[in-house]
Amino acid sequence: MSGTPLLSLAIWVPILAGLVVLATGSDRNAPLARMLSLIGALAGLLVTIPLYTGFDMSTPAMQFVELTPWIKGFNANYHLGVDGISMPFVILNSFITVTVVLAGWQVIESKVAQYNAGFLIMSGLLNGIFSALDGVLFYVFFEASLIPLYLIIGIWGGPRRVYAAFKFFLFTLFGSLLFLIALLYLYMQSGGSFAILDWHKMPLALNAQTWLFLAFLVAFAVKVPMWPVHTWLPDAHVEAPTGGSIVLAAIALKLGAYGFLRFSLPIAPDASHAMAGIVVGLSLIAIIYIGFVALVQDDMKKLVAYSSIAHMGFVTLGFFMFSALAIEGALVQMISHGFVSGAMFFSIGVMYDRAHSRQIADYGGVVNRMPKFAAFFMLFAMANAGLPATSGFVGEFMVILAAVGYNFWIAFAAATTMIVGAAYTLWMYKRVIFGAVSNHHVAELTDINPREFLVFVLFAVGTLAMGLYPQPFTEIMHSSVNELLRHVALSKIQ
Amino acid sequence: MTLADLQFQMPDLRLASAEIFVLFMACVVLILDLFVRDRKRTVTFLATQLTLIGAAAVTLTTASNDVGFTFSNMYIADLLGDVLKLLLYLTVVVVLLYSRGYVLEREQMARGEYYVLALFATLGMMVMISANHFLSVYIGLELLSLSLYAMVAMNRDSVPATEAAMKYFVLGALASGLLLYGMSMIYGAVGTLELTAVAERLMSMGYQGERTILVFGLVFVVSGIAFKLGVVPFHMWIPDVYHGAPTAVTLFIATAPKLAAFAIVIRMLANGLLMLAQDWQTMLILLSVLSMAIGNIAAIAQTNLKRMLAYSAISHMGFMLLGIVTGVVGGDARFGLNAYSSSMFYVITYVLTSAGTFGIILLLARGGLESDDLDDLKGLNKRSPWFAAVMMMMMFSMAGIPFFVGFFAKFSVLQAVVAAGYLWLAITAVAFSLIGCFYYLRVVKIMYFDPPVNLAPIEAPIDMKILLSANGLAVAMLGIFPGRLMSVCHYTLARSLWL
Repeated sequence: MSGTPLLSLAIWVPILAGLVVLATGSDRNAPLARMLSLIGALAGLLVTIPLYTGFDMSTPAMQFVELTPWIKGFNANYHLGVDGISMPFVILNSFITVTVVLAGWQVIESKVAQYNAGFLIMSGLLNGIFSALDGVLFYVFFEASLIPLYLIIGIWGGPRRVYAAFKFFLFTLFGSLLFLIALLYLYMQSGGSFAILDWHKMPLALNAQTWLFLAFLVAFAVKVPMWPVHTWLPDAHVEAPTGGSIVLAAIALKLGAYGFLRFSLPIAPDASHAMAGIVVGLSLIAIIYIGFVALVQDDMKKLVAYSSIAHMGFVTLGFFMFSALAIEGALVQMISHGFVSGAMFFSIGVMYDRAHSRQIADYGGVVNRMPKFAAFFMLFAMANAGLPATSGFVGEFMVILAAVGYNFWIAFAAATTMIVGAAYTLWMYKRVIFGAVSNHHVAELTDINPREFLVFVLFAVGTLAMGLYPQPFTEIMHSSVNELLRHVALSKIQ
Repeated sequence: MTLADLQFQMPDLRLASAEIFVLFMACVVLILDLFVRDRKRTVTFLATQLTLIGAAAVTLTTASNDVGFTFSNMYIADLLGDVLKLLLYLTVVVVLLYSRGYVLEREQMARGEYYVLALFATLGMMVMISANHFLSVYIGLELLSLSLYAMVAMNRDSVPATEAAMKYFVLGALASGLLLYGMSMIYGAVGTLELTAVAERLMSMGYQGERTILVFGLVFVVSGIAFKLGVVPFHMWIPDVYHGAPTAVTLFIATAPKLAAFAIVIRMLANGLLMLAQDWQTMLILLSVLSMAIGNIAAIAQTNLKRMLAYSAISHMGFMLLGIVTGVVGGDARFGLNAYSSSMFYVITYVLTSAGTFGIILLLARGGLESDDLDDLKGLNKRSPWFAAVMMMMMFSMAGIPFFVGFFAKFSVLQAVVAAGYLWLAITAVAFSLIGCFYYLRVVKIMYFDPPVNLAPIEAPIDMKILLSANGLAVAMLGIFPGRLMSVCHYTLARSLWL
């Protein structure tokens, strides 16, 4: 397969498929649009598989590199490549796209072509973010991915969709504009290069590093999202259609975290060390405070949204402890969260499609009507709470273990999430699923159909595989993470 | 003045043949129109378009890499002139095509004069673009302005249009006065009006001599230019004229003159008065920041699409000026080429986007009615997914979101600003673009999230639909491959600046 531009395919196959789907036009052709979208999503997943099979785990270097001049005036290149940190996300993203297309199969009835095209195009753009090695290319994908999600939330969202869509767009744009200035500054400092890998090697004074770090922090903290710039996320999640929530939680949140690893740590290592305390502090607030906030939610989607923020707190905490175990744990947590939060939002979507409510109080005794659903939901709720043997456990455990070596009290504070996380997830599960059938809406529920079953199985396989045998995932990351740490340990001040 | 200066020399007409051709053809069209009986003025329309295409052919044949002067150095023929004129013809062709249906539905506008005025306005802009003398700048500007005043007022029975024309005329005359006054001051200080000579004398004089008078004159020149560009605080006319003028004329005002205004900024400030860069840059920084602030904030409050776009134009011109003000840093013009070419790229792409945006408004305005309220766009995605998508691309492009060309326009200007070391200016600029993003997003929201009020399908001539689609695709394609156009701007200015 050498020579095939695999990463370009991973980016452009879904985008082109999206344009083809768009061309099917009105809802009279909805079945065709759905079929084409599924084919497009599967094709998109298929082209990413060789990325895994052909991946060389022994080297931290970028692989599957493509380099073509793009904008000569700025020395910006179409430069793609993945390492052990980014490759899993390309595959995860392509996988999630398939589930999203399936999740919206019967549910979305208006503007089907536009809906599916939006997700396919976004899938390509997100792959572009994870594989871009050029600052301009990264930024272009990073910002362009806002457009499809803005439209998806705004067109197919709930009652407050307009507010949520604007808030989502403007918050994230706010962060990324400072990021743009930082990129331009790096371009000037490096003597006219937009290559991210050049920036990694470039010496920088501490003062410059500090400002760059802060600009990156704003951009990525909004995207992750970290406390206190997280407020857009619950709104966006609550209003977004199920597919939108899945992509948002499973992939879009990972962009910020990925940005920390690709930009903040290697470009500004000294500033990262100097300001690790800030990030660690914010992460702990996210883990503990947001955990308690999740506890009191009445809306299931809001609850999962807050739990996402808490889980992402683990990720940022892991990054800024500067040990291989912590960073690998954080990366595992990111992938795991992709499966688990996607599945959680899908579960809530399944209930919402039937009863048209997301309020916990409107349910009760669902297990009596939907036993199969209750079983799957149980698995994902447990994974969300970090039960051993599910993927949720592995990442959290690794990060906490690393934290013990870093500072006992941080580890102690982070570990409380095991309790709080279990509390809000399982309490929600208990109130929704168990008990007697609470009202006639619940009495009318029907269990999941084969399509939903299939989606659940896809998520469940991911969750359990990572939980039972995480080694293949950590193996991929190993050399890249070690290289990153070696790099971060070196001072850039000259 | 010596005797030799007074000797008459036959100017080299060949260099100015495009202008001569357009002037001649404008007169021909004027006479031709007398014999046209057709109420639709198809012949006049076609003759006008052919004139512009012919002018493009003439410009292409006379274009050269060398710089030439004629008419006693009042006229300069260089690559900047050629490139901008070609873009100008293209813009006017597109503008006239977009406005065709709109004009036909309004009896008082569907006359030959409309086309003749458009040609004279074009000629005025050509003179501005090729001016190498303060007076030729002034003559070109007046020819353009007078044609535009008349075009705005053509729909005589419309009260808003008449009011807009009146405001435009009064304020425009004031601005011309300011400009002329400033020119006379500079003449007093330097002793010549010819831009090449002004640059040379300033170079040899240095900052000694008549600095007070020079800067005094400069203030007035900058004010005059600022008025024509429509930047704060000389922007008052923009919202009223954009709003009140017939949309077809708004389209004209919002596109082609921006190219000419850019040209005179380069010719007068960046070339002629480069030695005074410190002074005019300071003035323009202020104007630029104010424009971005007031333009973007006031646009949020608008309910009329044309008025909103007027404020958006103010903010865009402010952003464009960022590239102009960062050309010279501490007396060092090293960054000049980079900075000015980023502004040129910005102007060209802005004109492209602006044309498409007003094209959509014209597309929706049917049956003699205007369709310029934001609410008229409601549910456009239901009525026509494709044209909603085109409008969406325009809006995201204006907001500076990739993959649309507006992003690279902002990107290249910001890059010039950062290169010149004005980090705070770059941060201010992005902060205001964030605010600006809100009202562009609102347009998208209205088209996509709101249910339609009017379900009538969109009827338009096929040529307009094709052109509008091409316009949308151009915004998207240039957003993916902006490199070529950037190189063109860079190359052109490299040949035309006297840094």
